[in-house]
This record gives sequence, structure tokens and C-alpha cells, in this order.
Amino acid sequence: MTDTALHPSAFQAHGAHEHHHEADHKPSFFARWFMSTNHKDIGTLYLIFAIIAGIIGGAISGLMRAELAQPGIQYLGTWANMLHGGPQSLDQALHLWNVLITAHGLIMVFFMVMPAMIGGFGNWFVPIMIGAPDMAFPRMNNVSFWLLVPAFTLLLASPFFGGAGTGWTMYAPLSTYGETSPAVDMAILSLHLAGASSILGAINFITTIFNMRAPGMTLHKMPLFVWSVLVTAFLLLLALPVLAAAITMLLTDRNFGTTFYDPAGGGDPVLWQHLFWFFGHPEVYIMILPGFGMISQIIATFSRKPVFGYLGMAYAMVAIGVVGFVVWAHHMFATGLSVNTKMYFTAATMVIAVPTGIKIFSWIATMWGGSITFKTPMVWAIGFIFMFTVGGVTGVVLANGGVDDYMQDTYYVVAHFHYVLSLGAVFALFAGFYYWFPKMSGRMYNEWLGQIHFWVFFIGVNVLFFPMHFLGLQGMPRRISDYPDAFSKWNAVASHGYEIMAAGMAVFFVNLIWSLLAGPKAPDNPWGEGATTLEWTLSSPPPYHQFETLPHID
Amino acid sequence: MAMGFTRVAITAALALAGLSGTGYAVAQQPAPATATATQGPTAALAAGQGAPAQGSAVQGGAANIAPTSSAATPPAAPASPLLAQDGAPAIGAQPAIGQPRNGVMDLQPQVTANGRFAKWFHNTILFPLITLVSVLVLVLLIWVVLRYRQAANLTPSKTSHNTVIEVIWTLAPVLILVMIAVPSIGLLQAQFKPAPAGAVTLKAIGNQWYWTYQYPDNGGFEITANMLKEKNQVTGGERFRTDADGPRLLAADNRVVLPVGVPIRLITTSNDVIHSWAMPAFWIKLDAIPGRLNETSFTIEKPGLYFGQCSELCGARHPFMPIAVQAVPPAQFAAWIRAKGGTMPAPGQASNKVIPQPTSDAGDATSNAGSTYPAGGAVENAVTTAPVITQGATGNPAGAGNAGH
Repeated sequence: MTDTALHPSAFQAHGAHEHHHEADHKPSFFARWFMSTNHKDIGTLYLIFAIIAGIIGGAISGLMRAELAQPGIQYLGTWANMLHGGPQSLDQALHLWNVLITAHGLIMVFFMVMPAMIGGFGNWFVPIMIGAPDMAFPRMNNVSFWLLVPAFTLLLASPFFGGAGTGWTMYAPLSTYGETSPAVDMAILSLHLAGASSILGAINFITTIFNMRAPGMTLHKMPLFVWSVLVTAFLLLLALPVLAAAITMLLTDRNFGTTFYDPAGGGDPVLWQHLFWFFGHPEVYIMILPGFGMISQIIATFSRKPVFGYLGMAYAMVAIGVVGFVVWAHHMFATGLSVNTKMYFTAATMVIAVPTGIKIFSWIATMWGGSITFKTPMVWAIGFIFMFTVGGVTGVVLANGGVDDYMQDTYYVVAHFHYVLSLGAVFALFAGFYYWFPKMSGRMYNEWLGQIHFWVFFIGVNVLFFPMHFLGLQGMPRRISDYPDAFSKWNAVASHGYEIMAAGMAVFFVNLIWSLLAGPKAPDNPWGEGATTLEWTLSSPPPYHQFETLPHID
Repeated sequence: MAMGFTRVAITAALALAGLSGTGYAVAQQPAPATATATQGPTAALAAGQGAPAQGSAVQGGAANIAPTSSAATPPAAPASPLLAQDGAPAIGAQPAIGQPRNGVMDLQPQVTANGRFAKWFHNTILFPLITLVSVLVLVLLIWVVLRYRQAANLTPSKTSHNTVIEVIWTLAPVLILVMIAVPSIGLLQAQFKPAPAGAVTLKAIGNQWYWTYQYPDNGGFEITANMLKEKNQVTGGERFRTDADGPRLLAADNRVVLPVGVPIRLITTSNDVIHSWAMPAFWIKLDAIPGRLNETSFTIEKPGLYFGQCSELCGARHPFMPIAVQAVPPAQFAAWIRAKGGTMPAPGQASNKVIPQPTSDAGDATSNAGSTYPAGGAVENAVTTAPVITQGATGNPAGAGNAGH
């Protein structure tokens, strides 16, 4: 009962090599990449998609940090003029700010982190890790990916139709009669498509994991990354229909005269918030749980030890997923909840710290007694553990409903969720990317550039986000394009942090391009005896169809 | 990336936004007499006249700020009750209280009992605990990285379970969380303590993008608070911000005046989208939601000037709807109320009067805000009884939501 304490010698994965020519027969370019039913190719498409979305979303945050580098409105007017081709009013310029923050949030959540974690790494490695030839529904897998493309197109086009300046949370009535441009309808439709994509993906993963495990691969032998994707898939399956219902009601409120969120017709703006956050809070675990899984694989691999407390780790994720569904109103502590409601949501939210603590300590215990090598993926994983801890403990502060009478909607919240996402989920993504890059591409990345990337990025994001705690403690509200001059110092520091972070990303892209073009050929298993999961028994890159004869797991 | 951060001069349309650079030492500012001296008893009526422009605001972003120019302001009251006998400002801003300070890493000083309790809770319990946990994890990581690096430990152990340690690191966080939960629940109880009889009721109504205030216990007058523009942004004798008014983006043309030492019942609602009435120095943040009346209470302990900002995204000029509170001794508050044409209730009288509604008072031009609103949705609930319940008034009184249709 260990994390696939599988001895590579026990596998009977010979089929992949024996039938190599047959297994590696690839369709023509168009059929392969546009009509793909191959989980690895679809995973690659997802990763390319996520990288493109990440570049766009990251560039938008650069615009935001440029504007916020000093008090006053510096660039928004110029940008509004450029966007709309002519002089724009002040309100147009200020509205552009809201469009930027909305786009940054939606892109990073729905088109960067989710496609990379679940679509990208999930597609690539869940079937391989459970010894399956492919996903259960290969064509539906293709539909999942191609729904994302029109969804992203709609979102990217919306700024040219007025721009959705509602924030990614799209609170009614700002998103109903507060914004009449079709851009909000485009954003809603975009979320409908992205949500459908995710629901189909979730169905696919659940079916695959429950039905297509190789002989001997019991649930309690599954690698923790597979566990994390399984829990995530259930969260997606339960949460996204709620979002779909909520945004459908938003759409009819906007266009067909319904009043679900309009008190004038007996509706309620706070209903939107309840529905949105019933989806939105599980969503944050959807973004981080696959990261937990990846970190577990990487820590075990580079410590050359099995994961400590495998069962506790697996069921901690299940617990986080379950409790994650009953804490949503901690996002709404200032909306006038009753005292009992606030007490409940305060207590329930703090409970999540317990399984999260189990995971943090189990990762450290996995390293304890190990024989650790500090390859790039491991460095990112260790960075993840500490940064996620910092983001987690500020979450405990924010869990207190009484404290949120001060902290709600301040930069303290911005700092908190960027520590768990920009320094949590994104660190996990980089860790996973470096970990599996040799397997996916067949080429080694440059170790030295990888280490440089980590340290520059690590310093950059901390300089960027840590001062935001101080801004929040002094009361700076979120989502403002201009701030009182007393907030200037830490904002200037944060903007310099962005510059450092951007330099780190430049190193990443240099490394990526160099490695793809000229990286040395990767061995089947570049990480040694610590890498015990099935993907390391295959060639790098794996054959087009793996496991035509199913492996047996002892 | 545009990281040069050189200031770009942009179009004249940016006039309202305000460019920074006017350095000021906020701590030494005396309370401006002008803020209230220009308000006469009919200020409510005058303020309301600016509201009809609001209807177009959500559609095209047209200017919809209620008037701040002298032309729209009624003649000044004979003498401001906020001035001392010799004409000097009766209240000066305390150094470093009631507004953010640059480069500081702490919470703002608190001037309410709950605020002090909450700040103590954060600074004495939460912050040390989360620092301890973070440092513990960091130290453990550094230890394993040094001790169990390959060079120091060539052969890895195969340990993968230890029930005792797993139970410990499950129960220890539980204990820590209980330690946090006890004062946290206590803080919530304190915050939800209802305002006692005799409290002064302040009703804050959010609008895109300004606040209007009513004192339901003190007569039907209403004041409108707009952000004060900078000197280089105003035209034609319009009033602009001086350092005496407060910091840029925080100074309002009309301040909320509240008594010190007297419980305040704050009620918030909105005429259009959701806003949030936030005052860091009071540890108060309460959303202003159309169709709802939210309620909380606090008692200000120190006279002074306190600044906050709207804290829920409400559209283009979300950064430009400041909240400025001037806390004065009760006698001065009573004088100010009378100068505004209001009345003070008899001592000990409960504040159970009918709260005047914008839509119910023919003399109040803000009623236009509801009726001209495009989708008709932003109408405030026409409740006819004062909310005397003890918790946030989340209930949407039945049958009241269709006023204005």
C-alpha cells in the first residue's frame, strides 16, 4: 500500500516496445492535430493552448502593474485610445482597467491553469500512470479541447465590443444592467463553452480512472497524481453545472427580462454570489489539487523514497474536495450574512487547514530520510511547499469572518490568492513541466537555465506579491486603477517585482525553445530509481499508442 | 513590457482621474471648515438635483457626479458648528489615524472597541501563529534539504508510515485552530451586538459613483458626498481639493459627521449596483446592495477625520467614491444637525422612526435615480419600517421591491 511501490521489473509493459512500429504509426498532420483522439496529442494541444493563454494573461498583468507603479492614471487613456481607435472618454479609460482585471482573472483561471493541469498533464499522464492505452472517450476528449478554442476566442474578442468590466466574479447587478455592452454576453458564452469542455473532460477522467486501470492497479495503488485528478474531476462535475445555471440566469436577466438577480422583480443580487461561489470555491481546489498530485510525484522521485503516508495523502485530497463544497460564503463575509452563518463559515473554512497541513507535513516527511537531488523539478516543488504554506496561513487569517470586516476586498486578499495560485499552482505547473518535459518531448531541458528560471521567478513573484499584504493591512481596496498616494511605496516595489518575474519567464522561454530544438536526447527514465510510476517504463517520448498489451501491477 | 513607468500625459478626458504628485503631510492637516461651512439646511435638496444624470451613466458613462460647484451649493450656513468660538477648526486630524500611511506594514490604528479587539486578535494571535507555522515549515525544509541531500545521505530510508507522527500533525493544527476560533467567534459576537436604544442611525446609500447619506432619526435631510477633484481638474470656480480636505482620492466634498462616544447604527443600501461602505479605522466593511438593507453598529472613540473607500467593484469610477467621516463631540454633532435643518431626538428615545426614502419624498430629487434607471432594477427597497432587528438586515421585505415600477 505505497504510492505505486511498483518495481519496474514487475511490469509487463513489453508490448509497447515489441510492437513499436505499429504503435508508432501516426496520422497525417491535419488528422493528427485537428481531429486528434490520442490522449498525448490532445495533452500537447492543451499545453500549447495554456502557454499561449498564459502569455496573454501574464502580459495583461504587466499592463496592470505598469499602471499601478505610481499613483495617478498613467497609461489607461492611451491604451483605450489604441484599443478603440480614437480619443476615448475618461470613463472609457477607467472601464478599460476593469476589462483588464476581468480578462486577467478569467484567462488565468479558465484558459491557463485549468487547461494546463487537467487538460495538459492530466491527459498526458493519467492514462499512462494507470496503465491504460488511452482515455475512455477519445473523441469526447477532442471535443473538450476544441470547445476551449472558441471559448477563448470569444473572451479575447470581447474587449473590441465594449469589454467586460465586471471582474471575473461578474457580480450582479454590475453584470446585468450595470454593463449593457455585448462583451459581457460574450464572456458568459465563453464560460458556457469552457464549462462544457471541463464537464466533458471530468466525465472522461472519472470513467477512465474507474474502468481502465491495468490489472492489479487498485485504487489504493494509484499514483497520487491520478488520485488528485480523480478528486478534481468530481469537483468539476459537481461545481460547473452550478456555474452554468448561474450564468444562464445572468444571460436571461440581461437579455430576456428575467429578474433572478434583480430586487425590483423579486430577485436577489446576493443569489448570484451564492451560486457563483458555490462553484467558485471548489474551483480554487480544482486549480490546486492536480498540483498537489504532481508535487507528491516529484518529491518522492527526487527523494528516492515512496510518498510518506500515501493513504493520508489521498484521503486528505478527498477531504479537501468535500469540505471545499461547504465553505463558499467566506467569500461573502461583507454581504450582510447573519452572525450564525458567519460563525459556521468561519469554522468550516478553518477545517480545511487540517488536511492541507497533513499534505504539507507529509511532503516534508517524504523528504525526511531521503537521498535528495535538486534537479529543477525538485527545486520548484520545494519552492511550492513553502510558498503554498505562506498563502495557506494567510487563508487562515481570512477565514475569520470578523477579521474580514477589514480584510475583505483589500490587497491582503490579492496577496493571499496569488500566493496559493501564482506561487502555488504555477510553481506546481513549472515543476510538472520540467519533470515531464523529457518524457513528453524526448529531449532534456537545460538544467542550468531551469535553475536560473526558478531563482529569478521565485525572487520576482515574492517581491511582486509580498508587499501586497502590507497594502491590504493598510486598507487598499482591490480592483482600483488609481490609489491614494499613501499606497505608492509598496505598489512601486510590487511593480519592480513584476519586472524580475518577467525576466525569469524570458529565461523559461529561452530554455523551452533551446530544449525543443537542440536539447540532448532524453533517456526513458532520466530521474533514476526514485521515478517509479509507469510513464518512466516507456520510451521518451512514448510510442503513439502505449500499452497495447496491458501491464500487470503486483 | 511597458515598464519604463514614465508618466504619460493623456487626454483631457482624464481630468477627473487626478494625477499624483502633490505631496502633502496629511498628519498635520487641520480640519477644514469649508467642508461643512458651505452646507446649508437645503443642501439635501440641492444635492438631489444632480441625480437625474445618473440614469445615463450606466449606459454611456456620461458624467453623473452630483454638483459640487458653488453654483449648485446653497448659501453657507451662518456659522459652522464645527468651528470653535474663535473661528479655528475645532477638530484636527490626529497624526497617522484614519488614513493609510506610506510604507507601513501594520493595520491602521483602530478607534472602535471592536476594531481594537480585532486588531489585537490579528496582531497578537493570528499573526504570530501564522508566522510560527511558516517559519516551522521553512526550518523543516531547510533541515531536510541540508541533512538529506544526496551528498549527506547516500542511501534513502524506506519509511513510509508513522502513525504517531501522523496523528500528531493532524491534531496539532486542530488545537491551533481551536485557539484561533475562540476569539474569532467572540469577535463575531461583539460585532453583531445590536445598537442600543438612543443610537444615532446613519444610512449610507451607494450610487455610481458617490455616496448619499441620511440621518433618519434626525429629520429628513440628506447629504451627498462626491470625491473632490484636484486643482488642475476643475473648471469655472468648481471646488477643488485642498490639503485640509484630506488626501487625494480620499477627500469628499461633504463629510459624514458622527458623534463620538455614541453608538452608531449604520445601514447601507444602494441605488444601482453593489457598493461597499468601508472604514478601516472602524473595522467596518458592509456591502451596499440594491434591494437590501444591511446593518451594523460601532462607537467611535476619538474625534477626528477618518477616510475609507468603496470596496466592491462598481464600475468605471470605483476608485473615486471615497468615504470621509468627521467624528465630533455629541454637542457639536447636535449643532451640526440643527444647522442642516435636522432635529435631535429626545434623550433615551429609541430610533424607531420611519426612514425617509428617496422615492417617497417629493421634495427629494434623488427619487429620479430610481425612476430613470434604464432597467429599472436599481430601486431601493421602499421599506416602511426602520430595521430594528439585531443582525444584518438580509431579509428582503416582501412586496417592497417594485417601488418605482
